[in-house]
Amino acid sequence: MTGYILRRVLQAIPVFFGTTFLIYFMVFALPGDPILALFGDKTPNPAVLEQLRAQYNLDKPFIVQYLLYIGGIFRGDFGVSFSGQPVSEILARTFPVTLRLALIALVIEMVVGIAVGLVSGLRKGKLFDSSALVVSLIFISLPIFVIAFVFQYVFAIQLGWARPTVGSGAPWSDLILPGIVLATISFAQIQRLTRSSVIESSGLDFVRTAASKGLSRRRIVPVHILRNSLIPVVTFLAVDFGTLMVGATVTEGIFNVPGVGNTLYQAIIRGEGPTVVSFVTVMVLIYLVVNLVVDLFYAVLDPRIRYVK
Amino acid sequence: MQIKKFGLAATALAAAGVLVLAGCSSSPESDTSSASATAIISTNGSEPQNPLIPTNTNEVGGGKILDSIFAGLVYYAADGSVHNDMAESIDTEDSQHYTVKLKADQTFSNGDPVDAESFVKAWNYGAALDNAQLSSYFFESIEGFSWDENVEEMSGLKVVDDLTFTIDLVSPQSDFALSLGYSAFYPLPASAWDDIDAFGQAPIGNGPYKLASDDAWQHNEKISLVVNDTYQGDRQPKNGGLDIIFYATQDASYADLQGDNVDVVDQIPGSALASYQDEFDGRSVNQAVAVFQSFTIPARLEHFGGEEGELRRAAISHAINREEITDVIFSGTRTPAHDFTSPVIDGYSEDVEGSDVLDFDEAKAQELWAEADAISPWTGEFKIAYNADGGHAEWVDAVTNSIKNVLGIEASGDPYPTFAEARTKITDRTIQTAFRTGWQGDYPSLYNFLGPIYGTGAGSNDGDYSNPEFDALLAEGRSLSDLDAANEKFQEAQTILFTDLPAIPLWYSTVNGAWGTKVSNVEFGWNSVPLYYEIEKSE
Repeated sequence: MTGYILRRVLQAIPVFFGTTFLIYFMVFALPGDPILALFGDKTPNPAVLEQLRAQYNLDKPFIVQYLLYIGGIFRGDFGVSFSGQPVSEILARTFPVTLRLALIALVIEMVVGIAVGLVSGLRKGKLFDSSALVVSLIFISLPIFVIAFVFQYVFAIQLGWARPTVGSGAPWSDLILPGIVLATISFAQIQRLTRSSVIESSGLDFVRTAASKGLSRRRIVPVHILRNSLIPVVTFLAVDFGTLMVGATVTEGIFNVPGVGNTLYQAIIRGEGPTVVSFVTVMVLIYLVVNLVVDLFYAVLDPRIRYVK
Repeated sequence: MQIKKFGLAATALAAAGVLVLAGCSSSPESDTSSASATAIISTNGSEPQNPLIPTNTNEVGGGKILDSIFAGLVYYAADGSVHNDMAESIDTEDSQHYTVKLKADQTFSNGDPVDAESFVKAWNYGAALDNAQLSSYFFESIEGFSWDENVEEMSGLKVVDDLTFTIDLVSPQSDFALSLGYSAFYPLPASAWDDIDAFGQAPIGNGPYKLASDDAWQHNEKISLVVNDTYQGDRQPKNGGLDIIFYATQDASYADLQGDNVDVVDQIPGSALASYQDEFDGRSVNQAVAVFQSFTIPARLEHFGGEEGELRRAAISHAINREEITDVIFSGTRTPAHDFTSPVIDGYSEDVEGSDVLDFDEAKAQELWAEADAISPWTGEFKIAYNADGGHAEWVDAVTNSIKNVLGIEASGDPYPTFAEARTKITDRTIQTAFRTGWQGDYPSLYNFLGPIYGTGAGSNDGDYSNPEFDALLAEGRSLSDLDAANEKFQEAQTILFTDLPAIPLWYSTVNGAWGTKVSNVEFGWNSVPLYYEIEKSE
């Protein structure tokens, strides 16, 4: 077990260098001069341009820029944004917000998705199953910004149940509405996954054995059916958590959440290399950790899975 | 002030069929007796792109904050007129040598005096090449300024005594005093020099408001300002403070306005442009501001030089149906251009000689195009380059379609993915098409819309336009100390532009704003920012 974890952690090292290098290269290769864009429609004097390029190391060759950046990271210095803030501060400010948003979404989609999926699977073809299918199809087919705008308009502006946008400090209560919006898409997928998985396990030998041993339905469903149906769902949840951490740009924009997606989008538009690369690097690390935790979690769910050296 | 890349879409998505100057936003006079002097006004803004140092801020997000927490020698009223703020008097006899006297006993919010030194040091810092300030070009005309070497102290600035300093310019500039209300010319307190980087995160100013605390700037969320009691100027706040909330999208700020979570917004998303004036009846504004939109055709393009070029430019201008495009694409939230400046600027005229080249006239356009073809037959395709991240696609398509239909040539838009990429191609002169251009006035003067863009070798002359006659008229106008006489010269210079058409004028932007039920006395300024200090709010 320890050996397995160690190997996985060691594997993360080349992934770290590979991703930072690739992302840095891509930002570097972006056409257009970010310093020039700082001046808007006005054209700066070449002397000022050169000064600023030197200040942000943009006048140096790519490999030197990259090594300077990596060197900085190992000294705990992630660089500085154009507005003069250390990127480490931006990271520390935005990631917790997005993390909380992702957690809310994850809990909602997990609880609702698994519950609905389980009932659908147990009552295959009945009215509940068909209705759940229709609802989930609607959610899957609607683009997220449509759901976001509709929820914002109906629940926040018309009914006044929530604030239309997330207020200062991003309190939990303000994050619930965007959290629900984010949960809608994955809810549908989790529900479908759980359903088919439950139908499959229901017909397996050990379930029939349990039933013929005279175990109650109350015991068979959670312990024998549900637990064995959760493996694909857990994998999906892990992947989804990663997506939620990085992919909420649209929702964060609509609800004005001061999180990762919003900040990263602005940084890409401005061509702020250090900010973009640092964000992506942290995202990659989160992804790696989450996947490791999930792999370990399999063993808890399914005793047949063992980790070998 | 630079038009932010998103902001351009924002200012662009502004609206106005009526050319009303500031102040005609008639709000029903709600009873002001219940207005509270301590109520905090909330409004929309965007995260400043740069540290909050006056000479290093050139976009609206930071500019809006600086204008509230700093006071310059002069300030601009809603209509763009200039009034003394920190200055007692600004005197000159030849428009080249100025003597500035400050009002006595004025201080920054931390008690540092607002003296001659506080201005001169701040300007020298802003101008010095080593400091690479974004607005350094504002000091270009002061004696001693250099683009080649670092100058710590410009010889043109001299402190006479505590409250007096002199400014010597390299050449006469009749509108120099007008420009002194721009943020680049704000003073800085003595304490700023201890650590200018820290100062940029928590600036100390001398304006109507100050930061509520050292960490009032909550990055990406908001900045909280409260009334600064030490400010003695005319812009006395009628409220208790200002919360500027940073919105990532216009939609978010509009949703908050609908939900009554924000008091005043100065941007309306495209989806609501057609409806917001009904929804906020009596609490909205759609007024002209100092933003001019055009597209530039560089003279180096094939077929666009010499006499042939002149004919083709005029033909293209005649081929654009500005009325229809502003109506259909912008729901009437733009005003077709009549010149190269802006209707809110003193001296503006709708009938400058030659401005009929902006009229939509199919027959004339075809005739001129045919004449040009006689000189050298047209080949290729006419393209207008634009940045795709700024919401320009719709109008560029409409304009090129208009040209295509009238002139019977191939015409289309040429999108670049990002603003940075488009600007780079334009600046290094590798762009081989016409391109979108826009200008937001830094200060309310006709010259500011002409000199920096069309003057020979000027900083923002991206089309490399050069006409000695035009340059001479501008220089002549600038040397006149009488502003009306100067404006006459500037208008004469514009008639040359109407012949040469270095850029094709399209329309003026308007500001689209609206406010909630709790606030009253909301007025928008010439630069599209509300005059926050005038707003009253009942609790």
